[in-house]
Amino acid sequence: MKGRVWKYGDNVNTDVIFPGKYTYTLMPPEEMARHALEDLDPEFASQVKPGDVIVAGRNFGCGSSREQAAACLKAAGVQAVVARSFARIYFRNAINLGLLVIQCPEAVEVLLTGDEVEVDLEAGEIRSPKGSFRFPPFPESVIGILKAGGLIAYTKQKLIAKGLIK
Amino acid sequence: MGQTLSEKILSLKAKKAVKANEVVTVSPDFVLSHDNSAAIIQEFKQIGLSRVASPEKIVIVLDHVVPAASEKHALNHKIIREFVKEQGLPHFFDIESGVCHQVFSEQGFALPGHLIVGSDSHTTTYGAFGALAVGIGRTETASIWATDEIWLRVPETIKFVLKQRLPAGVMSKDVILRLIGDLGAEGANYKAVEFAGDAVANLSLDSRLVMTNMAAEMGAKNGYFEPDDLCLEWLRGRARKELEVVRSDPDATYEAAYEYDLSAMEPQVACPHSVDNVKPVREVAGTVFHQALLGTCTNGRLEDLEIAVRLLKGKKISRHIRLLVLPASRPVYLEALKRGWLEILYEAGAVILNPGCGPCLGAHLGILAPGEVALSTANRNFRGRMGSRDSAIYLASPATVAASALEGKITDPRSYL
Repeated sequence: MKGRVWKYGDNVNTDVIFPGKYTYTLMPPEEMARHALEDLDPEFASQVKPGDVIVAGRNFGCGSSREQAAACLKAAGVQAVVARSFARIYFRNAINLGLLVIQCPEAVEVLLTGDEVEVDLEAGEIRSPKGSFRFPPFPESVIGILKAGGLIAYTKQKLIAKGLIK
Repeated sequence: MGQTLSEKILSLKAKKAVKANEVVTVSPDFVLSHDNSAAIIQEFKQIGLSRVASPEKIVIVLDHVVPAASEKHALNHKIIREFVKEQGLPHFFDIESGVCHQVFSEQGFALPGHLIVGSDSHTTTYGAFGALAVGIGRTETASIWATDEIWLRVPETIKFVLKQRLPAGVMSKDVILRLIGDLGAEGANYKAVEFAGDAVANLSLDSRLVMTNMAAEMGAKNGYFEPDDLCLEWLRGRARKELEVVRSDPDATYEAAYEYDLSAMEPQVACPHSVDNVKPVREVAGTVFHQALLGTCTNGRLEDLEIAVRLLKGKKISRHIRLLVLPASRPVYLEALKRGWLEILYEAGAVILNPGCGPCLGAHLGILAPGEVALSTANRNFRGRMGSRDSAIYLASPATVAASALEGKITDPRSYL
């Protein structure tokens, strides 16, 4: 799937991705999407298109463990977040929700807002008119979760295999 | 080859000797969640199990928006209370209790040698008692409720060797801010941080909790102090379970070690809009602000209130600012009440809030307007966190916040003590 790049800097934190004031009520995903990156880039939520890719610097998703910071991007149609590095809780949350998070400093170096990109998970490659960038394969445990479509589905599979649920 | 505290605890849980960078599947001792439990319940129900795997391991504290600020927040709480009842969860703390991290500690769930996970990034706090305590997300928490299992990577460890004694008016908050400033917001990402050295013996548990709480702000997976006599004394009569005193071996492997002389420390401030933007107070002294916040899970304990009381007794805060006081828990509030401290702070002009997260995360009880500036003892100063996108937050120690509240501008507290 092809998409356009939205480029941001280092230490994009969970408060600017999804403000705390919306956090402690139950909210459907489409409403979360309307608040995505609200305090970082107020234009983003109204202009993002399915398949778009966020490209950012170091420590993307630092701060709170709030999972809406990953859920809102997925609900907004973001195909992947490519960063120099990720904060650890964010990285796990994204994988657990089935949002693709790719550490690829080489791509971050080159890509800019508006560039067209294609992310190929199978091939481990980000392709753009500016060049192609390889990223290392995910560990087995992570691929299992991504393939299942997230941790809830993965846990379900495990419990079914144990005969604990049908 | 020796092991670090994190390697030892994960070895105990995995029932085999493990070292940094290995991945283990383990069963935690306790699983914390708070107002986000309603979202966790929603995810748990999707899995399809009718009962949680280990009800006695689940600890739920309502703290983030208490009492409910809106009908939606009220519904959120109601869903949680109903689930607690339906599942017969024994460890539930309702809106009167306080911030989860203080409640969890005071109630004796945070214990040496234990593995604790919590769906809050500041779960790292419990490392003050020598636990391995790690923040996770809500989906992960739902999965643990169902399976009693989580996979974790064994972290590498960065050691901070702290020497000498802190001077008067300089607090552990200043130390951790300096460390975060030096190491950076990502400096300990995926890693453990150990706070060691001869200075530790002189740090109270209240002081240590500040540092492990804020280990999260350098990206750490967990931060800890090795349990000592002071720690074990604090836990006497509180511990809910048998504890296992675990310490790092003398020949353990550290990724890096940094030495700090605490006697040379001065008051510090984290400037907008990131926690690692740290400067000595003297460099920003005179900065005007509108709202001061004293409290939260970072600095809402008795030691923190005490220093503010010493500074504010018989005085009035600047009429140009407002001061919010947020004790971390019900026992802290009650003790401060009995000692007459709340009266002193109230007389000085403070608004006393109920224990909980209050305005720290910008949901209620003291939101900032555009253009306003806050000076806070909390742990985060991200853009817009306490309200408007166009507001700003400075983070400092309780001493700095109290002295600054008197002057109505950021002030070095040392000349007041």
